[in-house]
Amino acid sequence: MKLHTLAAALAFGFCVLSALSQANAAEDRSIRPFKAQVPQAALEDLRRRIAETRWPDRETVNDRSQGIQLSKIKPLVEYWGTGYDWRKAEAKLNALPQFMTTIDGVDIHFIHVRSRHPNAMPLIMTHGWPGSVFELLKTVGPLTDPTAHGGRAEDAFDLVLPSMPGYGFSGKPTETGWGPDRIAQTWAELMKRLGYTRYVAQGGDWGSPVSSAMARQAPAGLLGIHINLPAVVPPEIAAVLAVGGPAPTGLTDKERAAFDALSAAAKMGNRSYATMMGTRPQTIGYAINDSPTGLAAWMLGHPGFSRWTYDNSDPEKSPDEVLDDITQYWLSNSATSAGRLYWEYGGRSVVFAAVERTLEIALPVAITVFPEETYLAPETWARRAYPNLIYFHEVDKGGHFAAWEQPELFSAELRAAFRPLRQDF
Amino acid sequence: MSTASPAPNRREFLATSATALLATSAGAAAFNFTSSQTVAAAEASSIRSFTISFPQEEIDELRRRIAATRWPERELVSEGASRRTSATLAAGDTQGVQLATMQKLIQYWGTEYDWNKCEAHLKSLPHFITEIDGLDIHFIHVKSKHQGALPIIITHGWPGSVIELLKVIDPLTNPTAHDGTAADAFDVVIPSMPGYGFSAKPTQPGWDPIRIAKAWTVLMQRLGYDRFVAQGGDWGALITEQMALMAPPELIAIHTNMPATIPPEIVKALAAGSPPPADLGPDEKRAYEQVAFFYKFGLGYANEMALRPQTLYGLVDSPAGLASWILDHDADSYALIARSFDGEPEGLTRDDILDNITLYWLTNTAISSAQLYWEHRQTAKAGFFDAKGVTIPVGVSANPSEIYTAPKSWTERAFPKLLHYGRPPKGCHFAAWEQPKYFTDELRASFKTLQT
Repeated sequence: MKLHTLAAALAFGFCVLSALSQANAAEDRSIRPFKAQVPQAALEDLRRRIAETRWPDRETVNDRSQGIQLSKIKPLVEYWGTGYDWRKAEAKLNALPQFMTTIDGVDIHFIHVRSRHPNAMPLIMTHGWPGSVFELLKTVGPLTDPTAHGGRAEDAFDLVLPSMPGYGFSGKPTETGWGPDRIAQTWAELMKRLGYTRYVAQGGDWGSPVSSAMARQAPAGLLGIHINLPAVVPPEIAAVLAVGGPAPTGLTDKERAAFDALSAAAKMGNRSYATMMGTRPQTIGYAINDSPTGLAAWMLGHPGFSRWTYDNSDPEKSPDEVLDDITQYWLSNSATSAGRLYWEYGGRSVVFAAVERTLEIALPVAITVFPEETYLAPETWARRAYPNLIYFHEVDKGGHFAAWEQPELFSAELRAAFRPLRQDF
Repeated sequence: MSTASPAPNRREFLATSATALLATSAGAAAFNFTSSQTVAAAEASSIRSFTISFPQEEIDELRRRIAATRWPERELVSEGASRRTSATLAAGDTQGVQLATMQKLIQYWGTEYDWNKCEAHLKSLPHFITEIDGLDIHFIHVKSKHQGALPIIITHGWPGSVIELLKVIDPLTNPTAHDGTAADAFDVVIPSMPGYGFSAKPTQPGWDPIRIAKAWTVLMQRLGYDRFVAQGGDWGALITEQMALMAPPELIAIHTNMPATIPPEIVKALAAGSPPPADLGPDEKRAYEQVAFFYKFGLGYANEMALRPQTLYGLVDSPAGLASWILDHDADSYALIARSFDGEPEGLTRDDILDNITLYWLTNTAISSAQLYWEHRQTAKAGFFDAKGVTIPVGVSANPSEIYTAPKSWTERAFPKLLHYGRPPKGCHFAAWEQPKYFTDELRASFKTLQT
């Protein structure tokens, strides 16, 4: 059948650049230039599948409690299949220097933007799920070119934005074991390969455990990290949350608010997607690999998107913004491979201090709390979790996808957070 | 015909004229009433006969989508790990349904598989629709030729349908042709749950297992049965136990092949994640470990459907996505089904599996059926397997490959009027489907004292 062959061809066609360079292989430490160039046939196939979407009936409630509402996703999918232009997204990526290098057997795609300012601080930033490098693109300007964005030359960063293994244009692991610890080791090798001897790391969502693992491993050159989804929940609170118990007595107002938010999220089932991918990533994979609408709904089911409306009311959260991200998952056929990261972690929560072994982190840690994050880390817990907390700041705007939603504010936070670590530069 | 729109609900459907029916979408045309039946439908409580028919273009469309399946890459764990059953399964063994199994399934589904055979089988049975509590309920109703047959209402589960119960209809209604005597005869009623198969899809919340249990009692009353029994596995077990808890005078006993027997102190230990209490016997310890493991690693699908059923758009848009979702119910039934697609069928054939999946596809019920998990979560006061205080007579079959094999000790505590406790030599979660003979024997043994 024509479509069948086409789908297979597309999966290969997409990786042409990396496949070519893999040929000269064994211990290839080279860094190869990369451009995103999706075959037109892949885009036509996607549009055809979108147009043929077979819909369920409407949910039986008038709110989000049964999941992504039909009336919300239908217009987005309709726009995806008609007005949306992936070539613009590709142009956004290709306007930046992109590379591919093979580390630990997996091709790693990354964006690498050097600042024109001398002594820029090298920074490796890690995206999450259901994000990708797209969620970080709007920070490239403010971070690498601060003087054009209200900052000073001495705030400049050299920026490295890798795609995690199994995500976006990076290769897909063919063996188990690619959890945050191994990704962290890979990032350290990447920074070393780029010649950076002193650098910092940053992340939210999965980028947080990856950055934290780097800090715990403390590779030569890593000076500190900034995270915007910190793992501050103390063990005794985690134990109560695990059994759905009532709030312990003696909590401060902010601790109580954090407990209530996590407890409510658990009761509302906000992590059902994580439970599914944490136990059976392959099972959900077939549906979201084969159905664009299925993929879009699955990704938008992340609670980080709960305040996004996918209309044009906020330019930072426009339909194009989410569709760039979703389309990249589709075109790189990475819905299943990305979900496996949850399986690697056994579906555990990344906000529990004990899970993240935060007490083993001796390097400096900086935290920004964004007000619409899934829970607001209290400073008291943060100080307990991270012995070397050098920066803790609560800001007034932004949510789970902080870099995506508030790129200027997010960049300002990174400048402030890492300023003390620049003394060595 | 590319985009199938969801079928209108039955009320809207019945409001349309017979001529207009011919022009409706393929999805709606799945339900073929004759005009005389439409007229009869004016009276809600009437029982209308029902004919199943799906247009060929629906079947063609399904085949086209099957052929266009876009695959993920293979899972990263071994076949051995993926097929481990509850006896040996450990955390992190499986990543879900294997690519090789799915590709065999899709290959067969898209080429050799013939839905028409299943449709012909269904058509050979008497089907009816009646409106109960505002919703059209589909059911199969087969009366025994034997006098004094015991009426029984049998309820399927998820991811099942009436298809999983077809093999037991003849043994139950026509026992003399199946190693039984006339005294073993049943009149069989097999409804499709709301949102499942040919029953209508609720458009308002509230159709939880309790409401379904009430509707089933109404159905049996409407059929004129003043003395009947009820049976179920999976959701069918839960609904049947709800009927027993309501204990309408007509319901004289129940049988369950997924009994809820876990005693309160064990429920507490499980909730706390404790190791098995030291005083458990061997059967109890095994049951404890099976349930603990299932709660921790096997409930992802149920969790998702209980919390975000509507987010699963991919299941109604992708045949492969629907099939994998349905295959991944519990470790033992998955291993059995996967072996069937390897060419080693034991009880469930490839056609059995695909008849059921195809029914879900053609009726577009992946999400409407999942909503039962959501509904249950709104009102449930106890876990699926927790003993619920049933006091009427109960027959129990504890199958060896069920999610947990209910120990006799717990079963006796859970059901003070235990009619029968059977341990069939074989059988997974889908007992009636996989082992119809043992299932039939179990029902006969359970209810023999009640048959007149």
